[in-house]
Amino acid sequence: MKPLLITSGTVVSAAGRGLAETADALRARRSGLAPCDFAGIAVGFAGVVRGVQAHRIGGSDPRFDCRNNRLADMALTTDGFDEAVAQARAFYGPERIAVVLGTSTSGILSAEDAYARADPATGALPPSFDQARTHDLFSLPRFVAARLALDGPLLSVSNACASSSRAFVDARHWLETGLCDAVVVGGADSLCRMTLRGFDSLGLVAPDRARPCDAGRRGISVGEGAGFMLLEREGARPGARTMARWLGYGVSSDGHHMSTPDPEARGAIRAMLEALRHAGLDPSEIDYVNLHGTGTIANDAMEDLAVHAVFGDAVPCASTKGWTGHTLGASGIVEALFSVLMMRDGFLAGCLGVEIVDPMFRSHVLTGNRAATPRAIMSNAFGFGGTNCSLVFGAA
Amino acid sequence: MRVAVRGVSVWGPGLSGWAQAAPVLRGEAPWVAAPVQPPPPASLPANERRRAGAVTRLALALAEDACTQAGFAPAEVRGVFASSNGDGAVLDDILRALTTPGGDVSPTRFHNSVHNTAAGYWTIGHASLAPAVALGCFDWSFGQGLLKAAAECVVEDAPVLLVAYDLPIPGPIGTARVTRDAFGCALMLVPCGTPGAGAMLDLSYKTGPIGPAEAGEQLGSILIDNNPAASSLPLMAAIARHGTGARSPVRIPCLPGHLTIEVT
Repeated sequence: MKPLLITSGTVVSAAGRGLAETADALRARRSGLAPCDFAGIAVGFAGVVRGVQAHRIGGSDPRFDCRNNRLADMALTTDGFDEAVAQARAFYGPERIAVVLGTSTSGILSAEDAYARADPATGALPPSFDQARTHDLFSLPRFVAARLALDGPLLSVSNACASSSRAFVDARHWLETGLCDAVVVGGADSLCRMTLRGFDSLGLVAPDRARPCDAGRRGISVGEGAGFMLLEREGARPGARTMARWLGYGVSSDGHHMSTPDPEARGAIRAMLEALRHAGLDPSEIDYVNLHGTGTIANDAMEDLAVHAVFGDAVPCASTKGWTGHTLGASGIVEALFSVLMMRDGFLAGCLGVEIVDPMFRSHVLTGNRAATPRAIMSNAFGFGGTNCSLVFGAA
Repeated sequence: MRVAVRGVSVWGPGLSGWAQAAPVLRGEAPWVAAPVQPPPPASLPANERRRAGAVTRLALALAEDACTQAGFAPAEVRGVFASSNGDGAVLDDILRALTTPGGDVSPTRFHNSVHNTAAGYWTIGHASLAPAVALGCFDWSFGQGLLKAAAECVVEDAPVLLVAYDLPIPGPIGTARVTRDAFGCALMLVPCGTPGAGAMLDLSYKTGPIGPAEAGEQLGSILIDNNPAASSLPLMAAIARHGTGARSPVRIPCLPGHLTIEVT
């Protein structure tokens, strides 16, 4: 594919608010995970973003107020992202900038709260509950577009934990057909009772911090996060700075099981090979693979098999979920920005908290940080339903 | 952008698959109220069929009907699954469970709570490695889904199966998000010039909103605002009338603007 420019980006996770804090935490190998006490649920560790609950959303429509949009608003107002979008808007016109975002649960916490406050006699939900503008999946792009004063077409992508990765692909389809000149791409997922209880019911939450790729890994830590990028065509807007380039993508399904990855990793391998083909790169031209690396036994073993099948043991790979926990549908955009930071600042982040790399693994797992000048990074995301997405990013 | 249609399906009140629905949509056969009872998905093994909810069964019936007409092996086709509500029964069940002491959630319900559940069962049923995206765009799910599916068909130069579907949601959440009828539709879009294609869709996105009333279509008691997927009705009717000489552009809401579609 013809590379698209990333002209602005912002990220918020337990690792930090904004690019500077995040880069600092990555370099200092400082985890944002802490024992989970969200909504009174003590399930392992969680990657809570500080200040979400107290954050007040901007914009003119308070009906969009919910935890997920607060988290999104924190990101929009960090790293000068909203100002960068305003400049693009002035150049292209508001109707020429689309908003394509991924989320798996949007503002479902508001629906959970509404059920908790239902009238005990009638079961009626409180009239203040605005389902469309909080809980609904489309709430996120509607809020973000309103907040950034954009008037281009909107899309909510909800492919479980691959949501905000897959959103890049859908954004490109709209850009390439000329439907728009720029896209705000990314997504947000925020903590809620459902995902904490749900992953716990599947026995997938680690009692300790998530330790992807460790021989003794015991599952995920649930996290929350939001991130956005502005995608534009090369040379379309004079003066636009290039933060990084988006070079390629591969998308596939497992066709295997709703919540267990294909042990043969056929879908993951296909996604990675297609991403390389799209980017026009050989495996040896990838400098680092940012693993989906959730910390579950099955995911990490499957992904090691897939990475080894594509790259052998030549390319260093690691998961950053030891910093953030699994930010679910936001993990794609969060880790896309981590990848951009590694290329910008010249380092590779190795897995956090690993004592012994799983001895069955054959790929080249990094367990410490390394100074490097990565020019191309692949970032993987896989989700329930057997959905896979690999993205390749290039240095500016 | 231009794409061609090579397979189409619709299930809704009194509309039971394309073979039965097409003459009704053309006005050649009367619309008779009937419950929406799509066949069980033949593609799913018995254990998966038990786990799949009613909304997944609806989506799979639509997808299979459109694939059969197109003569495509489902495993080769990229999917776009558009639904506002996803599996509302699973959602209500989980929201209730979270209010109980202990708040325990069923693991099967939880993995079926993801919005790409129907897409997942579709690819599992056909052991398909082809990509499938799940979109959730509230009342605009059909319009946004069609714009997405058409763009994917053009850019990837490959067939794309669009499936749009929604069911009424039970329980308290169903009073906050009201969907009155079961309804779904599917379109197999193929690049222009593909042999065996039927109607051509010339599709443009325009700024400025239109209300559902402006789309104007109503069939029996099916109102297009009774279900997000039913905003496809004007297009379904135009496709059913394809080849009869009747031509008029169709308009469908697509937030924040709308789509105009010429069916030729």
